[in-house]
Amino acid sequence: MTATSWQDGVYAALKNAGVRQIAYVPDAGHARLIQLAHADNDMHVVVCTTEEEGVAMAAGAHLGGQRACLLMQSSGVGNTINMIGLPTTMRAPFLTLITMRGEWGEFNGWQVPMGTATETVLTAMGVHVKRADRADEVIDIVAASAYLAFHSAIPVAVLLSQRLIGAKVFVKPEGN
Amino acid sequence: MSGLDRRAVVAELLRAPAECPGGELLVVTGLGSTTYDAGAAGDRPENFYLWGAMGGAAMIGLGIALAQPDRRVLVLTGDGEALMGMGALSTVAARAPGNLSIVVMDNGQFGETGHQASHTALGTDLAAVAAGCGWKTTLTVSTMADVATLRLRARHEVLFAVIKISTAEVPRFLPPRDAAALTTRFRGALGIAAD
Repeated sequence: MTATSWQDGVYAALKNAGVRQIAYVPDAGHARLIQLAHADNDMHVVVCTTEEEGVAMAAGAHLGGQRACLLMQSSGVGNTINMIGLPTTMRAPFLTLITMRGEWGEFNGWQVPMGTATETVLTAMGVHVKRADRADEVIDIVAASAYLAFHSAIPVAVLLSQRLIGAKVFVKPEGN
Repeated sequence: MSGLDRRAVVAELLRAPAECPGGELLVVTGLGSTTYDAGAAGDRPENFYLWGAMGGAAMIGLGIALAQPDRRVLVLTGDGEALMGMGALSTVAARAPGNLSIVVMDNGQFGETGHQASHTALGTDLAAVAAGCGWKTTLTVSTMADVATLRLRARHEVLFAVIKISTAEVPRFLPPRDAAALTTRFRGALGIAAD
């Protein structure tokens, strides 16, 4: 399965789950989802300056009767931690898809500390963490996680592993 | 002491909340004094009070505004809360919902934690920041006559306003703080069925 086809399937899973608002801080691994969201007239799409904005927006979406999803990368998780207490305290659903850095073929060591801690800190905040490593499982995992989040009204994160999305390739100029 | 009485300001801003396009005004308050101010002005299900999540008020307002395009949303927060979520001024302006206004009660200090000077007392002009973020209508208000005008403008226009208020202490008023209960009653007031 190509990267485009599984990402199209993930977007369809979000649509099937009734997601109407998508907040994101860009990541190359989410580029296809972001592109699909912007092309969808039935989706409210909001680019955030920092990831915690998306957590708050999702809480507002719930107050207003819509479902939301936050797209971010693992480094952004560290920016959300206090705000994740918001949906938890409200007993509101929260769904986020997180592209992982710093774990598989990583070139940039600056991504490693937060990537290594991502699951631990989310779990510490009471977020239910699911992980997708393969293209043939990711759509089902997203669908089930969205169902869990929205019907059990709990925070759920899906980690899209770096092996799944493909490590970012940095090309050095010749002779460098 | 210079600056307006915060309770009088909020009582005026939130007066007659049904006089609003689309139905009852939807209000999100920020952690701290604006939560107490709005409660003191009259607790109602369409008020969602933050007792935490500092910096989140504007984005919660955006989520509500996108979900409820026929209703009007007012984010009523303090200078400290707005400063913590300053990036959201850019995010909200970029999305430009037609039904959301933000009003900042600015006393230039972190009143809840010992009256330490905030950045608005140290050089930051939040109305100028908002303008720089792309808010087309920004204003700074320092008289009750202008607050009375702002009450209606904030319900009909998209604007970012700073109200200069006094640092004087006011009696504490504590509205409900069970976030799950506040959520249920807010959604109930909008007629949203439980999932």
